[in-house]
Amino acid sequence: MSSLTLHDVRITGAEGSRNYINDEYGALSWLLTKDHKRIAILYLISITIMFLLGGSFAVIMRVELLTPEGDLLTSDTYNKMFTLHGIVMIFFFLIPVIPAILGNFILPIQLGAKDFAFPKINLLSWYLYIFAAAVGLYVIITGGVDTGWTFYTPFSTQYSNTHVIGVTFAGFIAGFSSILTGLNFIVTIHRMRAPGLTWYRLPLFVWALYATSVVMLLATPVLAITLVMLMFERFTGIGIFNPAIGGDPVLYQHMFWFYSHPAVYIMILPAMGVASEVVAAFTRKKIFGYRFVAFSSLGIAFLGFLVWAHHLFVAGISVYSALIFAFLSFFVAVPSAIKVFNWTATLYKASVSWATPMLYILGFIGLFTIGGVTGLFLAALGLDIHVHDTYFVVAHFHYVMVGGTVMAYLAGIHYWWPKITGRMYNEFWARLAALLVFVGFNLTFFPQFILGYLGMPRRYHAYAPEFQVLNVMSTAGASILAVGYALPLIYLGFSLRFGRKAGVNPWGAVGLEWTTSSPPPKHNFEETPVVTWDAYDYPAMMKAVGETQNV
Amino acid sequence: MSDTTLHAHADEHPPHHPFLQHHFEDLGQQHEASTLGMWMFLTTEILFFGGVLCAYWIYRVMYPAAWAEAASLQNWQMGAINTIVLIISSLTMALAVRASQLGQRMGTVVMLVLTLLFGGIFLGVKGYEYSVHFHEGLFPGAQTFTWHENPALAPQVQLFMAFYFTMTGLHAIHMVIGAGLLLWFIRRAWRGDFGPEYYAPVEIMGLYWHFVDIVWIFLFPFLYLIHSAGGHHG
Ligand SMILES: [Cu+2]
Repeated sequence: MSSLTLHDVRITGAEGSRNYINDEYGALSWLLTKDHKRIAILYLISITIMFLLGGSFAVIMRVELLTPEGDLLTSDTYNKMFTLHGIVMIFFFLIPVIPAILGNFILPIQLGAKDFAFPKINLLSWYLYIFAAAVGLYVIITGGVDTGWTFYTPFSTQYSNTHVIGVTFAGFIAGFSSILTGLNFIVTIHRMRAPGLTWYRLPLFVWALYATSVVMLLATPVLAITLVMLMFERFTGIGIFNPAIGGDPVLYQHMFWFYSHPAVYIMILPAMGVASEVVAAFTRKKIFGYRFVAFSSLGIAFLGFLVWAHHLFVAGISVYSALIFAFLSFFVAVPSAIKVFNWTATLYKASVSWATPMLYILGFIGLFTIGGVTGLFLAALGLDIHVHDTYFVVAHFHYVMVGGTVMAYLAGIHYWWPKITGRMYNEFWARLAALLVFVGFNLTFFPQFILGYLGMPRRYHAYAPEFQVLNVMSTAGASILAVGYALPLIYLGFSLRFGRKAGVNPWGAVGLEWTTSSPPPKHNFEETPVVTWDAYDYPAMMKAVGETQNV
Repeated sequence: MSDTTLHAHADEHPPHHPFLQHHFEDLGQQHEASTLGMWMFLTTEILFFGGVLCAYWIYRVMYPAAWAEAASLQNWQMGAINTIVLIISSLTMALAVRASQLGQRMGTVVMLVLTLLFGGIFLGVKGYEYSVHFHEGLFPGAQTFTWHENPALAPQVQLFMAFYFTMTGLHAIHMVIGAGLLLWFIRRAWRGDFGPEYYAPVEIMGLYWHFVDIVWIFLFPFLYLIHSAGGHHG
């Protein structure tokens, strides 16, 4: 053959060769590494620890809510629990999880590059994350914080007697970690693609991470400056957001949500990217409407900047601006719906393989749709006023963030686990865990929709007795969910030692990452690949496999 | 395509430039990547300063009289001197980039030193202004803000001063970081790192320096040159 074959369909690779894991040994070779794959492993470990920490706060809350009386925790402690749960889960888990673990590992390989454009900055972003996490842990150990993850003024600046400055400083630092990640992604996607890898040949995971990075670069600095003003105000007693001397607390809410609504898309866009990869791989089909899915990521990133004030409907903004923001919020659902329709169309009449990643993604599509549609309920002015600050809101964003992002992350970590570690996990236990997560999740959060609609307010440790049955259901669901989350820690860990060798391409998937050995060599490829095929060109690959078998 | 042809092709490349990082194909790709990286970083910076400018502007519209009063408390001559100093430093920075492109080692060093010098003058003048404000009781805060000349406007004047110190303070931090980078670049230029093949770092340093200057070009009129246009109703 005169050029590289259309699809490298090697099933086995050179085993026992040198790879990124056994290339060097010793703690320092990890802590000072500039290899994106090793940095991804550092993130995997640290983000998993933060997930367990954030989850433990949730467990404490669910136990408290078993009974209507506030008997386990004081209301002050409960305030700290939901605050810390929110801060840890959002800033230290949901925002970095898919970009910093899966993106770090897979993106350069999918581009056919040796590494990111700025490997040192990549390592720096992990150190910033660790520094921010250390400040956060210090705050937790020395008494916590009780403002809610939103740090609303003037409570956060004048009345709270907890560690507001410490925790906002941690958020500030974590923000720079995420900015540097986004910067590295954008430059790498623009400048480091392998020969022949045009924009329309890129996997949709790359498009999703590109859109995510745009949001990271444009939204995060606004949060940073907002937190700087908040810290300055709390420190000196000046009143940028203090109405007593002419400041405006609603301005704080505007600036906070100018970041924090787009931040929702920092959390969900990468999840959508994982969904596209997994759907294609386990249906053996091209993603239906590739360009629509690709551009809908950019559409979400753009529209996501125009809807922030839907968080302020009852904060005293004018009715007219509320109407405009409600309208724009409906609009942002369009590109998300395009994605869901295209995944569904891909699944239509496909022979779906029910492997673990696919189970998670099927769960993702359903749960994300519920989360998204209830988001439309909340964007509607009248209904929002009814269910504002109730468990309906809590259920809505957990359907998007846990049902969406966490499910997709679990799909992605299972899908790429053989590539990352070179080993297969136990499929039976993995499917069981996926089932437990799905059942546990729905049992935890579906009752909360009803609770919210019936009027149970969020953020209280005690509630009216008639809400108890639904709360007990929710806590029972959370217990199942906890088992579902604990299982992968065990069987994935187990697979590192006892798992079957994965080989180059255990799923028979198309994509540059499936053409290099598992685990990949230090520089990802023995020689720079030349790309001559479209993303997800499964039809051509099936043909190639058929020809090979005929020979 | 066999392995041998690939390796033969690889051998045709000239020997690697000492500053070419292994994950780039060539210096051109490295140059483009680092330039784009700096532009992306500056985009982030625009949003960072843009956030506080937006808040500033909202209060400026709300309190035009206090804003004019507070701006009149600034020493506009000092601000003007600093503006000129920074513009000159941008010129010397641009000349440093030019000198490094042409491979003029001493020229690069001299221009970088001059840039650093002007940056230092700017920070000195700024520090003097800060100390005057402290003495006048204009630093925001329950204990430190003791300005009483116009009690009706005092709370909003304090608000202005909060923006003044936040914005000029953040700008000054950027200047200090820039000065630190300049010191490092002077060392590298002295060592002879830069030349016609490899001047990207100086160019990127220049982008950063010009950006910090431009921020000041906005801050100067916003903080020093407000007239009470809203004060003459009818
Ligand atoms: Cu929102």
